[in-house]
Amino acid sequence: MANKDLKQYWKTNLRYLAILLSIWFLVSYCFGIFFVDTLNNIRIGGFKLGFWFAQQGSIYVFVILIFVYVHLMNKLDEEYDVDEK
Amino acid sequence: MSVQTWTFIIVGITFALYIGIAIWARAGSTKEFYIAGGGVHPIANGMATAADWMSAASFISMAGLISFMGYDGSVYLMGWTGGYVLLALLLAPYLRKFGKFTVPDFIGDRYYSNFARTVAVACAIIVSFTYVAGQMRGVGVVFSRFLEVDINVGVGIGMAIVFFYAVLGGMKGITYTQVAQYCVLIFAFMVPAIFISIAMTGNVIPQFGFGGTATDGTYLLDKLDGLHTDLGFAEYTSGTKSMIDVFAITFALMVGTAGLPHVIVRFFTVPSVRDARKSAGWALIFIAILYTTAPAIAVFARVNMINTVSGKDYSEMPSWVTNWEKTGLLKWEDKNGDNRVQYYNDKNESFSNSVAAAKGWKGNELTIDRDIIVLANPEIANLPAWVIALVAAGGLAAALSTAAGLLLVISTAISHDLIKKQIKPDISEKGELLWARIGAVFAVLVAGYFGINPPGFVAATVALAFGLAAASFFPAIILGIFDKRMNKEGAIAGMVVGILLMLFYMMKYKLQMFGGGSSEDWWFGISPEGFGTVAMVVNLVISFAVSRMTPPPPEYVQEMVENIRVPRGAGAAIEH
Repeated sequence: MANKDLKQYWKTNLRYLAILLSIWFLVSYCFGIFFVDTLNNIRIGGFKLGFWFAQQGSIYVFVILIFVYVHLMNKLDEEYDVDEK
Repeated sequence: MSVQTWTFIIVGITFALYIGIAIWARAGSTKEFYIAGGGVHPIANGMATAADWMSAASFISMAGLISFMGYDGSVYLMGWTGGYVLLALLLAPYLRKFGKFTVPDFIGDRYYSNFARTVAVACAIIVSFTYVAGQMRGVGVVFSRFLEVDINVGVGIGMAIVFFYAVLGGMKGITYTQVAQYCVLIFAFMVPAIFISIAMTGNVIPQFGFGGTATDGTYLLDKLDGLHTDLGFAEYTSGTKSMIDVFAITFALMVGTAGLPHVIVRFFTVPSVRDARKSAGWALIFIAILYTTAPAIAVFARVNMINTVSGKDYSEMPSWVTNWEKTGLLKWEDKNGDNRVQYYNDKNESFSNSVAAAKGWKGNELTIDRDIIVLANPEIANLPAWVIALVAAGGLAAALSTAAGLLLVISTAISHDLIKKQIKPDISEKGELLWARIGAVFAVLVAGYFGINPPGFVAATVALAFGLAAASFFPAIILGIFDKRMNKEGAIAGMVVGILLMLFYMMKYKLQMFGGGSSEDWWFGISPEGFGTVAMVVNLVISFAVSRMTPPPPEYVQEMVENIRVPRGAGAAIEH
């Protein structure tokens, strides 16, 4: 594969990482820690929202993030023809 | 049938199963011994990773910890799951493409230096040993409570079992036993949780149940906040730790998880890069089932516990209280001589001086070891005997699976990273395999010794193993993949300074060496558990600065980095 393509592939990969890791940071650190008191004013059933993110929500989002990444990368690998045959 | 008979039957069946699998999955080559031949299905690998990862601490201690810490317990929930996102996105696929056997392999090759390899071996051994001693101890506790054998005999039996399948089967034996152990432990964890959730909230799913209403119509969490305030504790859903410390601990645990050698090595066992990514996702799903249930159990147990004991006459105490009193993990002392159990926060001065003094309370009378919450939970909730026995088998599965994974890292570090790569490169395949088995024997014996004679520092340092991994491995691996310009000088300087700084802080504030100090003296208000975050940042900064002042890595290393960034051509792990 040409060098230029490789650079482009890597750049796209890094862009995916930046987006996914921002979400990762947002749900755990922002929702679960930094702004937990503010979010606790909102309630869903018996849960205060901040508390829910810290003990439940963030974990569900983590799982989704990994599978989104798997999907995106599999597509990207095929597009740049670097997947494993 | 009694609890003890049930325990013998269920533990006996699971042990027979593990041994059967070990015999079926004997390892014939080093490749099978180190990475199970590199042909493990991603879902099976996900289960094995989950069992490997979820130790006695996750199974036995975590829900109890959260039960006593409330919101503050979130650090463990987020910290020990969020690390898998980092693993899946930043490490697993690239290390699989690199295609060798161990983490020191990667460090040694990427930084073209045997010194770097040796530093990595030392870090791997320090991290793994601090961790494994705690597992053996967990085995001993379960045996002594449920089978009423001596704690040392319990450790001995545990050693014999692990010895059998780790030495015989290596990674191959371990992987398939771990799959079985995952099934045992998750079943054992979920059954009581579901029973209790139905009893307390009428909801079958514990994850929803603890946000639901109790039988009297109030929300369970509101009720618990109320109980806490009445007894002088902070609200369950608010917690007491400072925000910066919660942040630092969570971050250190996440990064530490991604840097633990026994977790990373699991991603060398799958057939391809694609499978490595997917496998991390499956691992997290399997882990999340337990980790999202644990906070629910914590709430149920806390409410149950307070309602059962608080203000009640001692003669009304249920049998589990006296059962656990015998083990010394639960203590009651009638300080004001009224024969009732007063359980409250006597460290809260204003509460002690007003409410407690007015009622004639003379201090908290009940001390409960947090480790018994999960084990006693079925008894607290009056579940049938076989459920209690199942929990015992689950605790053993969790402890044994993690111990085996760690022992493999230690044995590989000896046979592969030290003997094959440094001392005797021309060793034959058979010779190396023999050394791997000798290494495993050695590791089992040392772990057993620490399980029987736990040095005081083990309990304090198990949590810190994460800090050590965060401060040493994580930056070196990440930079090795994402920074082509990173050279050996930078990586070595970073790892050495990172791990020394972490060790120093740990010894100063945990073991009171180098002048010691209390929580007021913590740097930036960060506890030793969270200090791995600071040490990791220092490692990154030093690696970066040093590498830019020294020559770039040789051409072939830069090509290697280019190569691991794309999946094509991964193939099977290279034999060497």
